[in-house]
Amino acid sequence: MSELLEVRNLSKQFSSHRGLFHARRTMYAVNDVSFALPAGRVVGVVGESGCGKSTLARLILRLIEPSDGTVSFDGLALLKQRAGDMRRLRARMQMVFQDPYSAIDPRYTIARAVMEPFQIQGKRFTTAEATATVEELLAMVGLSEQMADSYPHQLSGGQKQRVGIARALALKPALLVLDEPTASLDVSVQAQIIGLLEQLRDELNLTYLFISHDLALVKYFCDEVLVMYMGRIVEAMPSTDVNPRHPYSKTLLDSTFEPDPKQRRNIEALSDEVPSPFDLGSGCAFAARCPSVSARCRNETPILSTPGRSHAVACHHPN
Amino acid sequence: MMLRVDNLGVSIGSVRPLSGVSFNLGKGETVGIVGESGSGKSLTAMSVMGLLPLINGEITSGSINFDGTELTALSEAEYRLLRGGRIGLITQNPMTSLDPLKKIGPQIDVVARLHLGLGKRAARERTVELLGDLRISDPASIYHLYPHQMSGGMKQRIVIAMALAADPDLLIADEPTTALDVTVQAQIIRLLMDLVTDRNLSLLLITHDMSVVAQTCDKVVVMYAGTVVERGTVEAIFDSPHHPYTQALIGCIPRGLVGEMRLQGIDGTVPSVVHYPDGCRFHPRCSRAEDICATIVPELVETQNAAACHFANEET
Amino acid sequence: MIAAISNSGFGRAFSTPLGVIAGGFLILLVVVALFAPWITPFDIALQDLDNRNTAPAWPHLMGTDEFGRDVLSRVIYGARTSLSVSATAIGISVTVGMILGAAAGYFGGMFERAVMTVVDLTWSFPDILIALIFVAILGPGLTSTMFAIAIAYLAQFTRLTRAQIVRLKQETFVEATINLGASPIHIVFRHLLPNALAPVIVVAMLAIGDGIVLEATLGFFGLGAQPPTPSWGAMMSSGTAQLFIAPWVIILPGVAIAITVIAVNLFGDELVRALDIRDRLRGS
Repeated sequence: MSELLEVRNLSKQFSSHRGLFHARRTMYAVNDVSFALPAGRVVGVVGESGCGKSTLARLILRLIEPSDGTVSFDGLALLKQRAGDMRRLRARMQMVFQDPYSAIDPRYTIARAVMEPFQIQGKRFTTAEATATVEELLAMVGLSEQMADSYPHQLSGGQKQRVGIARALALKPALLVLDEPTASLDVSVQAQIIGLLEQLRDELNLTYLFISHDLALVKYFCDEVLVMYMGRIVEAMPSTDVNPRHPYSKTLLDSTFEPDPKQRRNIEALSDEVPSPFDLGSGCAFAARCPSVSARCRNETPILSTPGRSHAVACHHPN
Repeated sequence: MMLRVDNLGVSIGSVRPLSGVSFNLGKGETVGIVGESGSGKSLTAMSVMGLLPLINGEITSGSINFDGTELTALSEAEYRLLRGGRIGLITQNPMTSLDPLKKIGPQIDVVARLHLGLGKRAARERTVELLGDLRISDPASIYHLYPHQMSGGMKQRIVIAMALAADPDLLIADEPTTALDVTVQAQIIRLLMDLVTDRNLSLLLITHDMSVVAQTCDKVVVMYAGTVVERGTVEAIFDSPHHPYTQALIGCIPRGLVGEMRLQGIDGTVPSVVHYPDGCRFHPRCSRAEDICATIVPELVETQNAAACHFANEET
Repeated sequence: MIAAISNSGFGRAFSTPLGVIAGGFLILLVVVALFAPWITPFDIALQDLDNRNTAPAWPHLMGTDEFGRDVLSRVIYGARTSLSVSATAIGISVTVGMILGAAAGYFGGMFERAVMTVVDLTWSFPDILIALIFVAILGPGLTSTMFAIAIAYLAQFTRLTRAQIVRLKQETFVEATINLGASPIHIVFRHLLPNALAPVIVVAMLAIGDGIVLEATLGFFGLGAQPPTPSWGAMMSSGTAQLFIAPWVIILPGVAIAITVIAVNLFGDELVRALDIRDRLRGS
C-alpha cells in the first residue's frame, strides 16, 4: 500500500525574544517527528494541551513552515513546492478545524461559504450548477438545502461543523486532517459527527489524520494511535492492541475512564507540574514526572524504536 | 439525608428552564448530575446555592432541604452563612474563581476566618495544612503565589481548598475538571474521591461526562431539557438504563474499536429553553416515541431506576 | 462590499427615536444639498442692494447679507460645499487608510513598522497645521482643504484597520481560507476588509463631522473655498463685520454647522450601538 503521507524528522522551533533580563530561550513545539500514513487508513494523534499535535497538523498542511524535516504528500516533496503550486496542491489536503464557531466567515451565507473553495481554485459555475453543487455538498454532510441561505450564527455547533466538513470535502481531497473536530460539541453531537466521518470515509475513499485529546475516541475511530508528549511521539500502537508500554501512554490510558462502574480505574498519583518546554536540553521530556525514571532518562533522549513491527515506543524502560 | 430536592421549578423572567427536578443525596454519598448543554444541571447547582438572583432567576416551586433546613425559605443573610460554610462550591473555571490580584493563601484564609471565626495566624496554619492535604508540595511557599503563577491543575486545587476551608458537609462541584487536561483531570478526580472518603463529605458532582460519573458516583441523576429523566444507582443506570435518552447517551460514548460497536448519535438538537416540546421533552428525538409522548408528560416511574418515560417498564 | 455595508447595521441605527431624528436630518440635508439648484429660492450671487441686511422675514427666510443676497440660499449651497468636500476627502482617506492598514496588518514585519511610523507622523500634527501647510504649498481653495482633511484623518483609519486586521487574521476562518489555497488578495479583500468595515464606517461618519468643522475653520480665515463658492465658514467670517447690525448673517450658518455636526455625531453613536449588538448577536 502506498504511503499517502510521509513525515520525516519534522521539527518546529519557537524562540522567545531576548529580553533585557533573560537570554533567548527556545522550545520545540514539534520535535523530530516521523511517521507514515498509508492511503485509506485513519491515524490518530493523541495528547494533551501543549504536546504539539495542533502544530503538527499545521506543519503537515504547511500552514506553518517547519524548522527542520520533510513532508511528502503523494510522492511530492511538500516543502519544495512554490507558492502557486502549493495553492493548487492544497485542494488535495484539507483540514477540519476545532472551533466550528469561528471557522466560517460570519458574513458569508452557508451557500457562499461552501462554494468558496471552488472560487478560490478558479472553478467557474453557472448559477444552476452552483445551486446543484451546494445542495449536493450539504446533503452529503446531512444538512438540508434550506440552510444554504442561512448565516453561521443561525446554526448550531454541530451544524456548523458539518458545514466545515462540507467545505473541506468540496474539492475532493485525498487527505483530511481533523484537528479536534468534536472537542467543543456535546457528546451526542460528537457521535453524529463521528458517524458522518465514518460514512464519508467509506464513500469517498478518504485518508484521515485524526487529532484529539480523547484516547477513547481515538482508539475507537483510528487504525493506529500515536501518542505525543512535549513535541515528540512517544509511542505508536495499532488500535486493536492498545497496550501502552510508555509510562506516559499508560498514564493517559489510566486517566481515560470507562463508562462502566465495574471497571473503575486505579489512578496512580502523578505530579501535574509539567516542566516548561523552554530549554529542555537532552534527556526524556517525561523524566520529571515518570515513576520509572533513571539517570539515563535524564541524560539521553529516547528514540522511537520498533519492538514488535507495529508497536513502537520511545522509552529507556518500557513496560 | 444531606440534601433533598423535591420537584424543583425555576423561572427566569417569563421562561421556565427547570421543572420537576427531584433527587436525594445522603451523607457521605456521591451523586452525579449528568446532562448535556441546556439540560439545566448548572442551574440546579445554582438553585441549591441560592445564587439564582444573580441571573434574575427565582425558585417558583418545590423545595430544597439541606440537613433539615428548608433552603427556599432562607433570606440572603442566612444563605450567606451556609455558602462557603456548610456548603462548598467548586466551579468549572478556576481562572474566574480566583482573584488575580491577591495571593492565593489569603484568599483561602478568608473563608476560614469568615465562617469559623479564626484569627489570622490560625487561619494561615490551617490553610497550609489544607494545601498539604490536597497533595500540593511545599504548601508554605505556594501560599504566597499569585494565581497566574500556577498551572490549571494547581489552580483547581486552590479552588477546592477554598471550598473545603470551612469544613463543609456538602460539596457541590460544577464541572470541576472540564477545563483541565486529561491526566490532570484524573488527578483531581482522585483527589476529590479521597477527600470524600477522608472527610465523609457528601458530593454533588455535575458533569456532562458519563465516564466520569461511572468512575466516581454512587448514584446518578440524568437531566435533559430542564428536567430529570432518570435516576438510580450507578450500577443500575449503566447496566440497564430505562429511559431512551439515558440509553442513547451511553451509546454515544466511544468504546472499544470500530466494528465492535457503532457510535450512535442522537438525531436532532437539544430544544431551546423557550420552546420545550409538549409532553415528554425528549419525544421529538426519541426512537421509541408514540402519540402519548407528545401530549402527556411522563412522571418519574419508580422501577429499579426511576425513569420518566411512558415505556420505562418495558424490557430493555 | 455593498452588501457588507447594507448588512453592517446602518438599518439598525434607525431603530431608535434618536437614530431616526439624527439620521433623518442627515438624509434630508443630503437631499437638500443635492437638489440645491432647484430648491434655492434665490440665486446665491444675486445682489439686491436695496434690501441689504434685512432681518429674517418672508421672502428671505433667513434674511439678507450686506450685499442683499439671500442667506437661506447661501446656507443651502454652503451645505453642498461642506458636505461634498468633507465626504469626498474622508472617502479618499478611508480608502487609502484601509488599504494601507490592511497591508500593514496582514504582512506585518518591517513593512508594517514603516507604514505605521509614517502614518503616526501625520497624526502628531494638529489638523489646522496640516491644513495651513497645504494652503501654503497649493494656495487657498477647496483642493488644499480636501487634502488637509484627508491627511488629517488618514492615521486614524490606517490604525483602526490595522488593529482589526491583526485581530481578524487569527480567526479560524482565515486559516481555513488559506488552507483552501486562497491568495493574500482574496483573503484581504474578501474576508478581512469586509469584516473590518463596520467600525471604520462609524469612525468615518464622525470624521465627516470633524471635516465639516475644519472646512468651516479654514473658510473663516478665507483659506478654504474661495468666492464665489459659498462656504459656511466664509459666510461667518464676512458676517462678523455686521455682527451688531445683522447678527443672523453670522449666527445662522453657525447654527447650520452646529446642527449638522451634532446630527452626524448622534447618528454615529447610534451606529456604534447598532453594530455592537449585531456583533454580539453574531458571536452567540
